[in-house]
Amino acid sequence: MAQPKTIIDKIWENHIVHQEKGKPDLLYIDLHLIHEVTSPQAFEGLRMKDRKVRRPDLTFATMDHNVPTRNRHVIKDQVSKKQMHTLKENCEEFGVPLADIDHPDQGIVHVIGPELGLTHPGKTIVCGDSHTSTHGAFGALAFGIGTSEVEHVLSTQTLGQAPPKTLQVKVEGKLGTGVTAKDLILAVIAKYGVRFGTGYVIEYTGETIREMSMEQRMTVCNMSIEAGARAGLISPDETTIDYLRGKRHVPEGEAFEEAADHWRSLATDPGAAYDATVTIDASKVEPQVTWGTNPSMCVPVGGSVPNPDDKEKDYEKDEIQRALQYMGLEADQPMTSVTIDHVFIGSCTNSRLSDLRKAAEIVRGKKVHEQVTALVVPGSKTVKEAAEKEGLDVIFTTAGFEWRDAGCSMCLAMNDDIIPSGERCASTSNRNFEGRQGNGARTHLVSPEMAAAAAVEGHFVDVRAFSKNSQFADKEV
Amino acid sequence: MEPIRVHTGLVYPMNRANVDTDQIIPKQFLKRIERQGFGQFLFYHWRFDDDGNRRSDFSLNEEKYNNATILVAGENFGCGSSREHAPWAIQDYGFKVVIAPSFADIFYNNSVKNGILPVKLGSEETQEILRKAEQESLKLTVDLENQLVCDEENLEFRFDIAEYHKEMLLNGWDEIAVTLTHADKITAFEKNHAY
Ligand code: SF4
Repeated sequence: MAQPKTIIDKIWENHIVHQEKGKPDLLYIDLHLIHEVTSPQAFEGLRMKDRKVRRPDLTFATMDHNVPTRNRHVIKDQVSKKQMHTLKENCEEFGVPLADIDHPDQGIVHVIGPELGLTHPGKTIVCGDSHTSTHGAFGALAFGIGTSEVEHVLSTQTLGQAPPKTLQVKVEGKLGTGVTAKDLILAVIAKYGVRFGTGYVIEYTGETIREMSMEQRMTVCNMSIEAGARAGLISPDETTIDYLRGKRHVPEGEAFEEAADHWRSLATDPGAAYDATVTIDASKVEPQVTWGTNPSMCVPVGGSVPNPDDKEKDYEKDEIQRALQYMGLEADQPMTSVTIDHVFIGSCTNSRLSDLRKAAEIVRGKKVHEQVTALVVPGSKTVKEAAEKEGLDVIFTTAGFEWRDAGCSMCLAMNDDIIPSGERCASTSNRNFEGRQGNGARTHLVSPEMAAAAAVEGHFVDVRAFSKNSQFADKEV
Repeated sequence: MEPIRVHTGLVYPMNRANVDTDQIIPKQFLKRIERQGFGQFLFYHWRFDDDGNRRSDFSLNEEKYNNATILVAGENFGCGSSREHAPWAIQDYGFKVVIAPSFADIFYNNSVKNGILPVKLGSEETQEILRKAEQESLKLTVDLENQLVCDEENLEFRFDIAEYHKEMLLNGWDEIAVTLTHADKITAFEKNHAY
């Protein structure tokens, strides 16, 4: 029998266009996603050298980072407006399909790729955006690239890449009630740090992952970059295939069954070797809250803010000290004593229908705390419409949430959705870097359920102790 | 892209780990559609207060670092987003070399593609440079050809760099032009590829 291979090896081998000793492999790219922020200089580069887009049919663009989430067409910031307009002009000039602000498919690029069925197992997918790792949930090799690389892919449909090392993150055991995919990935990053994945592609394996829905898998893969890995993926299985069946850009009928057989064959072979493996016991994971200024600065909700004096090395003390100062927290303060001013439910980590359902389940019949401003921003127009069909918008607005239009919004605050300096936000996004949600803003990363519970209480609470309404509990997507 | 062979310059020491791309260039400056002009926004919220005044507590604002061209930092430099605006800002500000014990993958790649030389040294070696540069003005020579970092005294560290990255920096290649020499292979690949 042939040597057992990982899915990473298999996808790699299927995409080598050219190999030369001492050089990166030239890989073919099956899908190139584009947004307004990281593409203008790439198109400009093409124009300057009189180059074309080689495969507009394998390229797909949307607007997400700058778009307003209310009063859609009032873009006060002229520079934002110009950037969006430039994308439109570039797409027209080079023949690239675009879901612009008025298009029914518009949304966060990593939400709409899977939704439209553009994301398939076995594809190589790139985008000038680090959270491209999200698409790995389907068993695609998907990673973020810089603008020079965007230009390279536009022009050649290939990318030079050195073969990555492989890291298996094996998750066994059952996640407890109220503990989510978000808590799992935060706990992994808290345990191993923000650079343990550097130089690796992660494959998430194990029974816990197999039992997850596609949307939960996307949440896990989304944050691979926060562990330092450029890509994270999950071997396709029946859950993957069921999700894709009937999606717009997926083959139909017999062709679908053929494709599905091919996808199944890509899964990692039993006994395949990885360069490294770590094992996580999911049953020990608790709901997480970050306290600091990178995603590894994270504790279970029942825990407290760390004390710099407990660290040995000076630079470790400094790092904690600096984070505490920025975050306006005291050493040893219990996380549940931390009061919040804002709640943001959205971003490519947690803005899909199942995320909104879970959050709605918590706030149904309750009120947002009077000191809290709370926002729900669906990941795409499609998610928004589906949520409205089930009445989730009414649950949120009755509770006092604002119900907005699709976009990145407060995940990085490039539009008008900005947290004022010194104010504190419970956020379902993926980065708590200084200033991420606004200059001086203080971000705590949590799951949608934890964010919803915090919105009601005005401070962090353990969602497991929070009374629940179970109308949506058993519905999965 | 400008080739880089040997560079001698003044060090700016930044003894912090995990300096992320949101700090290097905050998002409100990502809206421009040009490649140039990002240097004025480098480390913006560390350099300037809310009213746009220079902060006295951030050392890059000190006059003695005005002509620094070598940025030395802690582990995992450039983590976070894929924004190439980060190396553009570093370069436009005047830095030609960044030294750190480790870099985020995408940042590293983006730097090489813009002709910034990212130098990976050991943690102890980096700490030694940081210590020296914090005490007194430190000039380093970074020799890409021989993969050496030296000062004017007896400090001399070797660094590793992938052969291909080295070639690219030494020659200032246009990578797209190189790839397009394989256009026939790409076309042949497309004929047989199952999408
Ligand atoms: S939602 Fe946030 S992380 Fe995701 S693509 Fe948009 S800005 Fe990036």
